[in-house]
Amino acid sequence: MSNEVNTYKELTWQGLWNNNPALVQLLGLCPLLAVTATVTNALGLGLATLLVLVGSNITVSLVREFVPKEIRIPVFVMVIATFVTVIQLLMNAYVYGLYQALGIFIPLIVTNCAIIGRAEAYASKNPWHHAAFDGLMMGLGFTSILVLLGGIREVLGNGTLFDGANLLLGEWAANLRVELFSVDYPLLLAILPPGAFIVMGFIIAGKNWIDNYRAAHAEKPEKQVTRARVTSQ
Amino acid sequence: MTFKIAASPHAHQRRTTQQVMRWVYLALIPGVLVQTYFFGFGVYVQLALALLTAWVAEGLAMRMRGRPVAHAWQDHTAIVTAVLLAISIPALAPWWIIVMGTAFAVIVVKHVYGGVGQNLFNPAMAGYVLLLISFPVQMTSWPIPNELAQLQVSLNDTVSLIFSGYTQAGYNLEQLRMGADGITMATPLDSLRNDLNHQLTLSEALTKPIFDDLAGIGWAWINIAFLLGGLVLIKQKIISWHIPGGMLVGLLVPAAIYWLFNPDQAITPMLHALSGATMLGAFFIATDPVTAATSNKGRWVFGLLVGFLVFVIRTWGGYPDAVAFAVLLANMTVPVIDKYTQPIAYGHGGRS
Repeated sequence: MSNEVNTYKELTWQGLWNNNPALVQLLGLCPLLAVTATVTNALGLGLATLLVLVGSNITVSLVREFVPKEIRIPVFVMVIATFVTVIQLLMNAYVYGLYQALGIFIPLIVTNCAIIGRAEAYASKNPWHHAAFDGLMMGLGFTSILVLLGGIREVLGNGTLFDGANLLLGEWAANLRVELFSVDYPLLLAILPPGAFIVMGFIIAGKNWIDNYRAAHAEKPEKQVTRARVTSQ
Repeated sequence: MTFKIAASPHAHQRRTTQQVMRWVYLALIPGVLVQTYFFGFGVYVQLALALLTAWVAEGLAMRMRGRPVAHAWQDHTAIVTAVLLAISIPALAPWWIIVMGTAFAVIVVKHVYGGVGQNLFNPAMAGYVLLLISFPVQMTSWPIPNELAQLQVSLNDTVSLIFSGYTQAGYNLEQLRMGADGITMATPLDSLRNDLNHQLTLSEALTKPIFDDLAGIGWAWINIAFLLGGLVLIKQKIISWHIPGGMLVGLLVPAAIYWLFNPDQAITPMLHALSGATMLGAFFIATDPVTAATSNKGRWVFGLLVGFLVFVIRTWGGYPDAVAFAVLLANMTVPVIDKYTQPIAYGHGGRS
């Protein structure tokens, strides 16, 4: 049982921090950089990716015994494309404003390497409940970076947070919009793609800094002194 | 018969970075003086702001990196970056423009990549591009040359305009930029670009008051002053002639050909050479020893590329002047240029 708990703990840790798809594997950078001009867009795309990731991981894990090794990649792509289509139609039906704002990047979730990467590296080798949890954690890791990036860019470029949250969460969320400061001349760079690259670079640098700091301050294992026996018995 | 006493040919005095940088900013002085003559005291205010920001940013970055702060202040590279950026931006731009640009140039473009000698991109030009794409309105609002201006701007007015946006009499920058006919004046390249896009011929476009017989009023003399400063640098062997020469050839030869085939719709080579940042770019910006190519052949290729890109962007691109973009794009190609133009030491390689 404790083994099971350990597995989940390890998956959480891997997905959110150690092996974060956006920060460490640097997968799925295209949507990451393209749609994160606001928190709302970032959150929308992050949740969509998360749902696809969980769905595809479960399915791939369930069919892993029946798929011949040679054609596994096309099969995985078909599975992923199915889920993306489902999500796309759902978004079209329920969050139409966000659907329009994200545009081509919803169908492009199919090409997000983070998803096929997890299908290939984890789901095709592990039981379905582990795969589902792995998808959830990887998706959360991806979404959190998306939201962080979107938040920084939105603050720098617009001076607001959660602008247009009602597109995603319904009418009540219009109140979530926070105007931190009003700018006469927005820092356009933060909204434009180069700003995404620069902010992303700083986020990765921050993660590495924290890792280094932790490594430097971690408790060092006691040195074991082993004596070489020099005299014969 | 006179006997000359000459130093042995192998005696070699190596210049420190500080000495090289000092020559560079001393050679900029004539250009800065002429620019002040035409565009007012704002140039000095921008310079002061840029130098102060660069000094603070350099110290901050060195401290964060755990390096000796005084060392960075002594090599004077940040001074050159600050001066280049300050004279590239409009003289009456608001104070936060130059502060933001200089801080970005020093901290992000220079120190994030590893400090002096490690940066991939020319810091001043990367800072300029950041400002240009973020704040296009402020970055294109050049004041009109003093001799055309309706209102003369005093030093007090300049300071108040830069820090608050209004002169003491309550004029804002837009009002100051109006000519006698009440129309806001653009820079020569801007004005030409607009007029040519509106199907005017070159001679019609040149009837605007901003032009005189040579090129744009003010801009021509500023470019000539930078050219003189640049020639001093070549004479002092601070820079080699390959990059400026390559850049001017790369700009003027295609421009001349295009103009000969298309005399009504193209900017003359003369206007190309004496407007915008051509001479500043050729002698002071593209020649940055860190981000340009290393060998003489490589420098020649690099210069040609920068010049040609300036021509292409000025003629077909979205921005009226292009030195900053051209330099950054050429910076990216430097590793490739260096790889293929590596000189072969005597006795090695070659055809045998």
